[in-house]
Amino acid sequence: MSTVTTLRHRHLLGIAELDPAEIELVLESAVAMKEVGTRPIKKVPTLRGRTIMNLFFESSTRTRMSFELAEKRLSADTLGMTTSGSSLSKGETLADTARTLEAMAPDMIVIRHHASGAAHHLARTCRASIINAGDGTHEHPTQALLDALTIRERKGRLAGLRVAIVGDLAHSRVLRSNALLLTKMGAEVIACGPATLVPPGLPRLGVRVTHAVDEAVEGADVVMMLRVQRERMEGLYLPSVREYFTLFGLTTRRLERAAPDAIVMHPGPMNRGVEIESAVADGPWSVILDQVANGVAVRMAVLYLLAEFRGEG
Amino acid sequence: MAIVMDADRMARSLARMAHEILERNRGLDDLALVGIRARGVPLAERIAAQLRALTGSEVPTGALDITLYRDDLMQHQVGPQPVIRRTEITFSIDGRLILLVDDVLYTGRTVRAALDALIDFGRPSAIQLLALVDRGHRELPIRADYVGKNLPTSRQQTVHVRLVEIDGRDEVEVEG
Repeated sequence: MSTVTTLRHRHLLGIAELDPAEIELVLESAVAMKEVGTRPIKKVPTLRGRTIMNLFFESSTRTRMSFELAEKRLSADTLGMTTSGSSLSKGETLADTARTLEAMAPDMIVIRHHASGAAHHLARTCRASIINAGDGTHEHPTQALLDALTIRERKGRLAGLRVAIVGDLAHSRVLRSNALLLTKMGAEVIACGPATLVPPGLPRLGVRVTHAVDEAVEGADVVMMLRVQRERMEGLYLPSVREYFTLFGLTTRRLERAAPDAIVMHPGPMNRGVEIESAVADGPWSVILDQVANGVAVRMAVLYLLAEFRGEG
Repeated sequence: MAIVMDADRMARSLARMAHEILERNRGLDDLALVGIRARGVPLAERIAAQLRALTGSEVPTGALDITLYRDDLMQHQVGPQPVIRRTEITFSIDGRLILLVDDVLYTGRTVRAALDALIDFGRPSAIQLLALVDRGHRELPIRADYVGKNLPTSRQQTVHVRLVEIDGRDEVEVEG
């Protein structure tokens, strides 16, 4: 059971700012929130009268819809903005957009932005609580939290598990947030990717790095595949899709090296035949759809805990 | 600091209320118990056990967390914030007589929230309320159908209900 009952910060900018007790609190609250989604009326009045703005400066389907659903289930009033058709496409800076929106006095702002640190920037200038829905290659905290919830549901714990994370490590905020969360909670993290896509500094996060996918998967309780963006294929990073799949793709054969009851995760959207074989994505070990369902519960928990925030800072 | 109810008296109160429930409802066919978390849940289970002993029939029992229905989100209050817990009502409440069970009836705001929460689950034929302790000071037009003990208190006092299942012993204490 969690030892704290509130979060210390007014914003959720990253996993870096959370301590293990706070992570436990979010996960525990999410378990309760999940039940709301099973009711005949999937809505509770908790955030009635609160205004939440969803600012998505980068394309997103599941994260945006997941946040919207979470907000609606808590009865908040929501406003959405995507880059196309907004003043951003007319050349307004993020700071000016933020000031303008702030004048409409939202209680919370959910932001996804291609620049790392965008959410931190808003947190410094806005009175609203800021939730980072992905900033550049930095962090995607709610993704890591929903992954943790999914792992805990299947494995009953996080501590002591061996988690392999495979794919484009350099451009992945999912990796960063997951590595931070999992190591804080006592799991062992092994990251694997092509040499051109391994950022420096992973060992400092407590992550072991390998370039051999078989080594990463060996004995793993959880295999987390990261999306490889097609645009990186044509660039300098990778010679071809086929080579990537041959060297790093997760197949049923490779999965045989993992622990007998291993689970396979993917933050989506998946590239079948690039980072993951269809038979793996659709197999009994796949918890990919659980991740989506848990996303709503985790976001409800985060919105609720931030709305409840009464401390300083 | 005074113990106003010990384990013996608590057991007798619960037994008496079980009899009152039977007498008033002439049978248990449509009855279901819903305990308000945290301490209403073990109390509801104990009442269900009493009813089983008296009639041989099993009364469905659920648990309700009212945190998401509170009206004091972001308002300062005494004591730590409750962590939200799962609501577990595995039966349909439609057309049923629902008996809400809580440990202390005070301002009535918890019961108000519980009524709102319950009605989101369906349409019971009626809702009744059982409280182990009624300490007065209602802020809403709410009363209990079954009361274990009426306890005159001042607003400055605190009432602690302790149950074996959660606290390791059965007692009610008034502090201050």
